[in-house]
Amino acid sequence: MAVLVVADNDNAHLRDTTHKTVTAALAISGDVDVLVMGEGASAAAAAAGKIEGIRKVLLADSADLGHGVAEVQAATVEALMGGYDAVLVPATSGGKNFAPRIAAHLDVAPISEIIEVVDANTFVRPIYAGNALETIQSSDSKKVITVRPTAFKAAGEGGSAGVETVAAGGNAGTTRFVSEEMVKSDRPDLTAAKIVVSGGRAMGSAEEFQKVIEPLADRLGAAVGASRAAVDAGYAPNDYQVGQTGKVVAPALYIAIGISGAIQHLAGMKDSKVIVAINKDADAPIFQVADYGIVGDYKSVVPELMAALD
Amino acid sequence: MKVLVPVKRVIDYNVKARVKADQTGVDLANVKMSMNPFCEIAVEEAVRLKEKGVATEVVIVSIGPAQAQETIRTALAMGGDRGILIQSDGDLEPLAVAKLLKAVADEEKPGLIVMGKQAIDGDNNAVGQMLSALLGWPQASFASKIEVAGDKATVTREVDGGLQVLEVATPAIVTADLRLNEPRYASLPNIMKAKKKEIAVKATGDYGVDVAPRLKVIKVTEPAKRSAGIKVENAAELVSKLKTEAGVL
Repeated sequence: MAVLVVADNDNAHLRDTTHKTVTAALAISGDVDVLVMGEGASAAAAAAGKIEGIRKVLLADSADLGHGVAEVQAATVEALMGGYDAVLVPATSGGKNFAPRIAAHLDVAPISEIIEVVDANTFVRPIYAGNALETIQSSDSKKVITVRPTAFKAAGEGGSAGVETVAAGGNAGTTRFVSEEMVKSDRPDLTAAKIVVSGGRAMGSAEEFQKVIEPLADRLGAAVGASRAAVDAGYAPNDYQVGQTGKVVAPALYIAIGISGAIQHLAGMKDSKVIVAINKDADAPIFQVADYGIVGDYKSVVPELMAALD
Repeated sequence: MKVLVPVKRVIDYNVKARVKADQTGVDLANVKMSMNPFCEIAVEEAVRLKEKGVATEVVIVSIGPAQAQETIRTALAMGGDRGILIQSDGDLEPLAVAKLLKAVADEEKPGLIVMGKQAIDGDNNAVGQMLSALLGWPQASFASKIEVAGDKATVTREVDGGLQVLEVATPAIVTADLRLNEPRYASLPNIMKAKKKEIAVKATGDYGVDVAPRLKVIKVTEPAKRSAGIKVENAAELVSKLKTEAGVL
């Protein structure tokens, strides 16, 4: 059986969530191709060709694919599905946006956000915000699967797969891209960072969040995260949100500052290798998952931490 | 314009789900159930569209057990006009739900379907996108802002790394993200009024849709527990442990 992996890329750059999804695909089949979609995406396709273990790269390049419109992306994949038994898509906000459409058109059950491949038909996925793990077996002849990238190791590089051009899906014209506003940041991407520093509701204001969390993150070369409580209160933008309703991260080091550790937050970070919690409430649930905890006010602990790092 | 809002009855947001000892699922007996939080946001948005004069009628639809009527009543108390319950005792998969909702949309012919981006039980995040594909209507998922003018809706979407704005021609499907709005609490008079609003009760069989499951649940287990570590006295000790013991700095 052959498996198609849809790459995660902005037009020019390939993200390593693609490599992680390839690892999941290789656990299903040895015949794995990677589809790169975008506008002017040949550099991303060339980068995909270096992923170890894949047969070939397919490149669908069109102006309509440049802005991640789900209808066009899904149509592009659907046209290729005659040649594949499964398609695996990284469970990013972009991937989740179009993958279920493919399942609907193929009349199959979508399999969302798998964290383990048991065999070619059987997968493990978290439900109830990660409080339970469901092992499911699919009886559909074709499978549409999204993959939680943090659950898989990135496939290596060193391959030299060729790139073939395929047709981009058509645009019905009922959805029109208007604009986008991307947050410019020199910090690493939250889901790919080795270290994440997150702040919670204890920060009390957006100014305080920026004053406390961001300098520590920059000192450590870390990405910045936030709890849902901090996002809801307007202290941090939504794309900082770590948790069931935000991003799922698994860095080598996760530092939670002024975060109590609600179930929904823990679902997004409990697979981190080392967790540090700083909270003045000694009974905060975050300490039940933290490897190292400091009970104390972040206002004094964070400056001490900055000093200790120098 | 008529607005259709599908809602789901799920385990309450603040309750921790516990896995049954026989590994067949999550124990929902005697557990507080509520409207899925993303569905609440969708209901609020539809009611606001009605208050702005954009929506003429807000129809609430739920697929679930008889008790899902309570969830529909909650939505009617927030400002929905009438409800439809498609009664189903087992939990249906997203494909079946999308097919049933398509059948409802074919009958009701709404100009807009606003729904939550995901239910917090199955965490699939799939039905809205699938419904859009089945109906052939445009989709704008993960919305943080919706503006309707004429036969177009301009939707700001939460995407990785920022925001995207799409314009979709109606009829269209919009799925709600967290920041779209803050749902209201229903007032007592509105809760009383909601009791008199009409709820049509249907069966899944009424729509001639195949709702048989495609996935077999082999088992449901608890995730590996993380054990609590140690408390350290101060930042200097922390940094030293992170360097020497954990090796992450």
